[in-house]
Amino acid sequence: MLADKGGGLLLPREDLLKIYKTMVRIRVFETKVAELFVKGKIPGLYHLSVGQEAIPAGACHALEEGDYLVSHHRGHGHMIGVGLKMPKMFAELFGKETGYNRGRGGSMHLADFDRNILGANGIVGAGIVIANGSGLSAKLRKTKQVTICFFGDGASQEGTFHEGLNLAAIWKLPVIFVCENNHYAFSFPSCVGCPVGIAPRAAGYGIPGFRVDGNDPLAVYSSVKEAVERARKGEGPTLIEAVTYRMKGHWEGDPDHIKQIYRPRDEIQEWSAKDPLRKFREKLITMKILSKEMDEEINKKVQTEVEEAVKWAEAATYPFPEEMDKDVFATTKVELE
Amino acid sequence: MKEMTYRDAIREALYEEMERDDTVFILGEDVGVFSNIFGITEGFIEKFGRERVRDTPLSEMAILGCAVGAAMTGLRPVAEIMYVDFTGVCFDQIINQAAKMRFMSGGKIKVPIVIRTNGMGAGFQAAAQHSQCLEALFMHIPGLKVVIPSTPYDAKGLLKTAIRDDDPVMYLEHKLLYSIKGMIPDEEYTVPFGLADVKRRGSDVTVIATQAMLHKVLKVAEIFAKEGVEIEVIDPRTLFPLDKRTIIDSVRKNGKVLIVTEECKVGAASAEIAAFIAEKAFDYLKAPIERIGAPHIPVPFSPPLEEFYIPSERKIEEAIRKLIVAR
Repeated sequence: MLADKGGGLLLPREDLLKIYKTMVRIRVFETKVAELFVKGKIPGLYHLSVGQEAIPAGACHALEEGDYLVSHHRGHGHMIGVGLKMPKMFAELFGKETGYNRGRGGSMHLADFDRNILGANGIVGAGIVIANGSGLSAKLRKTKQVTICFFGDGASQEGTFHEGLNLAAIWKLPVIFVCENNHYAFSFPSCVGCPVGIAPRAAGYGIPGFRVDGNDPLAVYSSVKEAVERARKGEGPTLIEAVTYRMKGHWEGDPDHIKQIYRPRDEIQEWSAKDPLRKFREKLITMKILSKEMDEEINKKVQTEVEEAVKWAEAATYPFPEEMDKDVFATTKVELE
Repeated sequence: MKEMTYRDAIREALYEEMERDDTVFILGEDVGVFSNIFGITEGFIEKFGRERVRDTPLSEMAILGCAVGAAMTGLRPVAEIMYVDFTGVCFDQIINQAAKMRFMSGGKIKVPIVIRTNGMGAGFQAAAQHSQCLEALFMHIPGLKVVIPSTPYDAKGLLKTAIRDDDPVMYLEHKLLYSIKGMIPDEEYTVPFGLADVKRRGSDVTVIATQAMLHKVLKVAEIFAKEGVEIEVIDPRTLFPLDKRTIIDSVRKNGKVLIVTEECKVGAASAEIAAFIAEKAFDYLKAPIERIGAPHIPVPFSPPLEEFYIPSERKIEEAIRKLIVAR
């Protein structure tokens, strides 16, 4: 049963357009990443957010500058949602010195610590317990910062989910836990792995829990906004289960994307028909906030933005291996023999 | 100078650093109301309050994760894992998160976390899951500093350095050492990382030893002194950064070296030390490098079995005798 928190929501026109643009930017960015990867232009492992754009677009709109964000391996959407710049994101994917992580991290570790974006993480579930740290830090330093922590249905099966939510609950930490239930933990269906769903578990920790339509950015926005306000007031953590669908494979190269291994083709088609980007576009057009011309303009601009970001990244220099000796420790160099 | 136990030296270091810097806080199981299983944090809640001395649920992953996140966002946590054996429960947060965050960020962030583990080591019949010496596992991971103090002086000085250090530090205590006494200065002092301590000078044989084994070696050295044989005893104090210079200088001088640790010999930190001695001081060796460690079995429970497991003074003495007569 999906609590439709999107109906009747009043957000200014500029906000709605901003959310829509974010979704477009994520979609175009991810599509470009897939293209670059298949052409062999970027190294590494990629877990794309195609089809899941509504969650970061809606959720990040509820945050303020200075809030902490913890993400996971499927994190490009969150990074764009919170305002990381595309040139430096691409530079990181290309492994260049001017990437956000100076080429040391790659897709799964993208972060912008200057803006309290604590980063993607390659270990499923690890971010959940780290988010409690920034939450506690804000609490002990008596700031009003909150921490938003994104993770998937797979992560909800890890022990860190239990330990993390329990600790956040008993310490009343200002953390918003957003579970992006895209129905699959790689090949493991969430209807098998966590058939009761994730939101109901909140009751076990004594915290509020909501299941929302993760493909409706306004539903995500309003539930996260409520949770953010609760956290800022010192009322503790919230668990939000945002239901969405992974339009591509678990990772770029997942054979299931081409031929059925673990996902029924008709299921993929059914969810394609509910493409969140298209649905939100149609909604905004119906509301007369967006026109077809405006939409074309937006898409053109984003396409240009992406192309130029890629060019910038391609022209950037690679890091120097000999400089890595300073990157392991803050106060000690290591021997790179 | 004043006399103090290893346990109290650790306590004093924690106390002084928490007074000095209010971003330092403690979290762990039973560290608050119970004051830690060895009483290390006795009086801390009264002095610093429950916000900075935090009792946690039994959730090692959450304890460590919280400490990592807090360290990444302006605080200086001292997280306790009750026994080093329990680090298995939260290994990811240590080796994949704390250790690697700085590097993966491109050097843009620091993680000033101290992970304290109470009593490594055997000798209390605490059995296999409460008696290990796992320093080698941490030494192996890039991004972790590894501290293994053997005396009250070193314990206090190294813990202060660990807390002030901006990097992840594994601070590993040893069970049998809590009540040993030593002299420490009245005034403030720290002990730097990467500086071994020559606990005893000698020119016949070099023995490198850590923690409980160090004290056994010092006792055995007295036996040899009566025979006119002088053992040089080196305490590395920190396994990473490791003071290779002091070790190599001693081996070049004496030409004979024994490494004694309580670790299972296979894949031990002592093996790493033996390897770089062979690499850097081969021409100076008058005998093969000798190592003593525990056998490749989990720590047994029954007293005679545990006694067999822990390297004995007799074994150390025999190994040194073998070295003396070589060449």
